[in-house]
Amino acid sequence: MVAKSPVVVRRVLAFAGDAALEIVVPAGLVALWWAASEHSTSLYYPPLSTILSTLRHFWLFAHFGSDAVPTLVHLAIGFLIAVGVGIAAGTLLGLSPLLAEVVAPVLEFMRAVPVAAVLPAVLLVLGVGPAFQVTVIAFGAVWPVLLNTMDGVRALDPILDDVGRSFHLPARVRLLRVTLPAAMPNIVAGVRTAISIAISVVIFSELMGATSGIGYQILQAQDTFAIPQVWAGVILLGILGYLLNVAFRGVEHVLLRQHRGMRETAR
Amino acid sequence: MGAEEGDDMTKPGGTPLLAVRRLTKRYGPEQSGTLVLDGLDIDVGRGVFLSVVGPSGAGKTTLLRCIAGLLTATSGSVEMNGVPVVKPPPSLALVFQDYSRSLMPWMSVRKNVELPLLSAKITRQERRDRAQEALAAVGLAGSANHYPWQLSGGMQQRAAIARALAYRPEALLMDEPFASVDAQTRADLEDLTRGVRDRFGMTVILVTHDIDEAVYLGDEVVVLSGSPARVRERITVDLGPDRDQLATKSSPRFTELRGRVLELIRGERQTLQGTA
Repeated sequence: MVAKSPVVVRRVLAFAGDAALEIVVPAGLVALWWAASEHSTSLYYPPLSTILSTLRHFWLFAHFGSDAVPTLVHLAIGFLIAVGVGIAAGTLLGLSPLLAEVVAPVLEFMRAVPVAAVLPAVLLVLGVGPAFQVTVIAFGAVWPVLLNTMDGVRALDPILDDVGRSFHLPARVRLLRVTLPAAMPNIVAGVRTAISIAISVVIFSELMGATSGIGYQILQAQDTFAIPQVWAGVILLGILGYLLNVAFRGVEHVLLRQHRGMRETAR
Repeated sequence: MGAEEGDDMTKPGGTPLLAVRRLTKRYGPEQSGTLVLDGLDIDVGRGVFLSVVGPSGAGKTTLLRCIAGLLTATSGSVEMNGVPVVKPPPSLALVFQDYSRSLMPWMSVRKNVELPLLSAKITRQERRDRAQEALAAVGLAGSANHYPWQLSGGMQQRAAIARALAYRPEALLMDEPFASVDAQTRADLEDLTRGVRDRFGMTVILVTHDIDEAVYLGDEVVVLSGSPARVRERITVDLGPDRDQLATKSSPRFTELRGRVLELIRGERQTLQGTA
């Protein structure tokens, strides 16, 4: 029956199937957790019902503005700096093989340094505060964007380069209409990696030196043995990360529409 | 026909638009590198449709890239309008063999055709008009808002030709432009190319390994010998300005001319095999 269905119907069914799977499995796991933990008296594994009610009261009402919002704002600023600097520097290095060769050892060294290792040093220099958070997020997230952009720009099809040169396209037109769109799949891949790095680093930095934020509150809760708050914080982060990824998938879908079309017809 | 209504400048035999002088190209080290072009001398008059034919790997693309200013010659020179070509000259456009790679997949057909017009001081309206005119000339007016990858191979190559036309070049260089389309599309595109040449009064240099195509399209045919390439012979194609896939290709004169070109190329191949 499925084989006879028109393509559209099959696609809709496939999509509904995927969506159902995406909901069914997590829902099942949550139900399992809920049931298994409902009568738990353990200090460390409180019932899920308690955790969720803490999530609602503590995170979504009492502390959303004071802690979740700062985290998200720092995340956004640091991430945007990483994307901006990464694309700009990556483009420059991709266009200039000489420059890339000169700075390659430095780049290799910098990206090899674990972000966790630079946190104490940056904290020492910048002190506790938003500047510290934003700086380390940008430092951690910039590399995948920079390196992917560089690769994408460098891999420009020589024919497109010939087109640009023979038609005397001005440098700006060549960059914005040819080089960067051609590198877009690489850039998007770099940005996707940058998002998950930025989320880890913002929490990490809040565990080390902050006066507010989700990470800071999780640490406070741990110190005071407010275990449901710790777990609720973890769940909140999971949800935020998931939502950010979904949002980025939407952005990606729009940005790579033509590339996708090209790939599909090439088959 | 452009040749009839045009002035002397569009007729063959005037001052050459392009002059290739002792053009030599060697890839790799100066003395020991591979010699690809060996002292080529080719004059291309205004309005002439010149076919360049030669065996595969004879350096035809290299020659075209040197003329287009995309590649620097090892020695010798190329002049366009008396000016040495050291970078892409202002009034020259290229159509590549690989149409799917030469069009921007992220732009509509219209935007692709408008792309070369973003450089000069051209108003938005004029850009639109010129793109529309070029698209109409290649029969793609109805597909302006499609993306290249939504079109067939032949239509994509039409779009690439339209992009070159919108640029309004004096010289149009085509590198094996119809090598990757089917036979019927190929015949259509051949006639289209001669048609727009007449209408826009351009000089065309078309590189091909297809002897029939070289003779059918060209006012003149330059036969290159294989590696390294030298000009083996230059033949004037006296088949008149109007060509027809059936009538022209079945005429005795066509058969004679293609026979001569074939002989030159075949003779060349035997010489190569003899020395190998």
